[in-house]
Amino acid sequence: MSKSAQTPAAFAEPAPNASRPRPPVIAMRNVTKTYGVGDVEVHALRATTLTIERSDYIAIMGASGSGKSTLMNILGCLDVPTSGRYRLAGIDVSQLDGDAVADIRNRRIGFVFQSFNLIPRTTALANVEMPLVYGGMKRAERRELAVRALTRVGLDHRLHYVPNQLSGGQQQRVAIARAIVTNPAMILADEPTGALDSTSTAEVLAIFDELNIEGRTVVVITHEDEVARHAKRIIRLRDGLIVDDTRYAPVDGLPPHASNSLEPAS
Amino acid sequence: MNLESIQMALRGIVANRMRSALTMLGILIGVGAVIILVAVGAGSATKTRKSLEALGSNTLTVSAGGFGQGNRGGTQSRNLQITDADAVALSDKLQAPDIAAVVPTITGGGSVTAAADGASATVGQFLGTSEAYSAVRNAPVEAGTFFTAADVSNHASVVVIGTTVAKNLLGATGDPNSLIGQPVQFGSHSLTVIGVLKTKGSNGFQDQDDIALVPYTTVRDNYTGNTGTISQLIVQASGGNATGPAQTEITTILQARHKGSTANSFRVLNQASLLQTANANNRTFTVLLGSVAAISLLVGGIGVMNIMLVTVTERTREIGIRKAIGARTSAILSQFLTEAVLLSVLGGLLGIAAGIGGSRFNIVGVQPVVQSYSIILAFAVAVAVGLFFGIYPASRAAKLRPIDALRYE
Ligand SMILES: Nc1ncnc2c1ncn2[C@@H]1O[C@H](COP(=O)(O)OP(=O)(O)O)[C@@H](O)[C@H]1O
Ligand SMILES: [Mg+2]
Repeated sequence: MSKSAQTPAAFAEPAPNASRPRPPVIAMRNVTKTYGVGDVEVHALRATTLTIERSDYIAIMGASGSGKSTLMNILGCLDVPTSGRYRLAGIDVSQLDGDAVADIRNRRIGFVFQSFNLIPRTTALANVEMPLVYGGMKRAERRELAVRALTRVGLDHRLHYVPNQLSGGQQQRVAIARAIVTNPAMILADEPTGALDSTSTAEVLAIFDELNIEGRTVVVITHEDEVARHAKRIIRLRDGLIVDDTRYAPVDGLPPHASNSLEPAS
Repeated sequence: MNLESIQMALRGIVANRMRSALTMLGILIGVGAVIILVAVGAGSATKTRKSLEALGSNTLTVSAGGFGQGNRGGTQSRNLQITDADAVALSDKLQAPDIAAVVPTITGGGSVTAAADGASATVGQFLGTSEAYSAVRNAPVEAGTFFTAADVSNHASVVVIGTTVAKNLLGATGDPNSLIGQPVQFGSHSLTVIGVLKTKGSNGFQDQDDIALVPYTTVRDNYTGNTGTISQLIVQASGGNATGPAQTEITTILQARHKGSTANSFRVLNQASLLQTANANNRTFTVLLGSVAAISLLVGGIGVMNIMLVTVTERTREIGIRKAIGARTSAILSQFLTEAVLLSVLGGLLGIAAGIGGSRFNIVGVQPVVQSYSIILAFAVAVAVGLFFGIYPASRAAKLRPIDALRYE
């Protein structure tokens, strides 16, 4: 296993305005996804072309079954498109083998799911450490990073709790800590607040705002307007097609609904 | 395989205690059975070897009547008897160069009861023999003396007894040596105890210490009548390699001396060849027992595979999560393989403990002798079984596509 250099500087802030032009985080061209064949064929995604810049904050909206999750699975390299080209940070993912794609998921992407997807009977700390284990990091180092990530989401008093001892909002915050512990450039969240009450939702959204202010790309799938209004750009899907793509704030600005404590830098 | 995957595997095992315990039980029984059954085989080999060794080294026994001749009726071989003259002829160094010593034994007519100070007991073996018996049969005295050639020619009324005979007369706490010099009534005659034999213990068939040895001349005078016949000749060959030639010489000489007799008229038992046959039988026996046990180990392995398949199915979603956060194929493979191997290693260790513990007990009259090779072999096979039967479930887990695993309900 190639041990990547996991910098302990998990929270070092990437420069919001890179002087050198870099490829977009995501560049999709004519990507389609079809499930099944013949009579049961479902075109979950039709010829989708999409470019996402670094530090953007995007909400993907659409009715149930419109292809949002399908899109996110492809963006996150969990699934492969039926056709089309997909480059992640300039790398053509379709050319990579399973282990190389696993490494990309490990280092560049942090996932947050609606159903939390924590590993059962495993403490919050062990759950958060897990991506670092697969990244090959030494025990002491990864423990420190995991504690920091959990502290950041306000769970430093719940390190040794197992998932079923935590509330939904707390579980989702553990999942976010796990997503950010490897210091990824992109956070992908599929309906992260779908199973949360309004207080927990607000907490999660505040964390996402912060992550974006740090310069991370955030892609959130949601059908709640309250969630979507935090994004700088909203993309709407219908029947596997992008029907609307509107920007509400500049890429290198602040998210439009950043919590009050964060004063916009003028 | 590193500490990380061992910890993860342990967590998996502990999460399903009952199931893991039952799976390990399968391996435990397999490994324990291999160790115990091989130990029983080895114990039974030791037992036969000991009982044959107790008969003396390089010895052959000669008695009248060959195998399968018992009730065929009317033939002269039935009446054929070994005589003093036969013993003398076999002692002839010219005709029988490979024979070192010839010892006659005469079995006293019927059972003989020993009695002293009001106590009495039947003697297991009441034997008339010569002074050479002690050396040839490997039966030295513990106290006192064995009778001498002079005692034999003088028809002396003396007896050398085994410790069981002494204990039967004195009670378990009595000192056998206190009987030396004392008269003891054997049947109708009183004999003076002049020696007590060293304890030999049981040979697995009879108590070798329940014995009384008397000059054969005295036995003829007082118990059997002077028939000039001998129940059994104990012949000692001149060396370890001489038992074969000695057997040929015995047959040749006896056949020449008894007109009309065949090679089957005498039964010549060769200790060395008996030992060989017994060893060969024991090996077969051990292999047989071992393979039965090995099959149960295999069944235990199938149990491991079964439980690992269940585990992989149950934890499909977990596998999906692990893959989503960057686990490589090899990481998932090693996690589940480690779990399978750990199950069988733990089961194997417990099996070794059970095997060694179980081998302390006497099993169907055999004291098992634990063989270190069987421990190593059984354990290695258990580990190999875990690896072999773990590979399929583990690779199934490793090959799952992350999205399919994540969507699994
Ligand atoms: N594994 C699958 N097999 C077959 N059809 C699927 C599968 N996953 C999704 N679909 C179909 O693809 C379409 C888009 O699904 P999805 O991307 O999950 O929608 P959303 O997340 O927007 O609700 C739906 O019609 C759904 O039924
Ligand atoms: Mg969905």
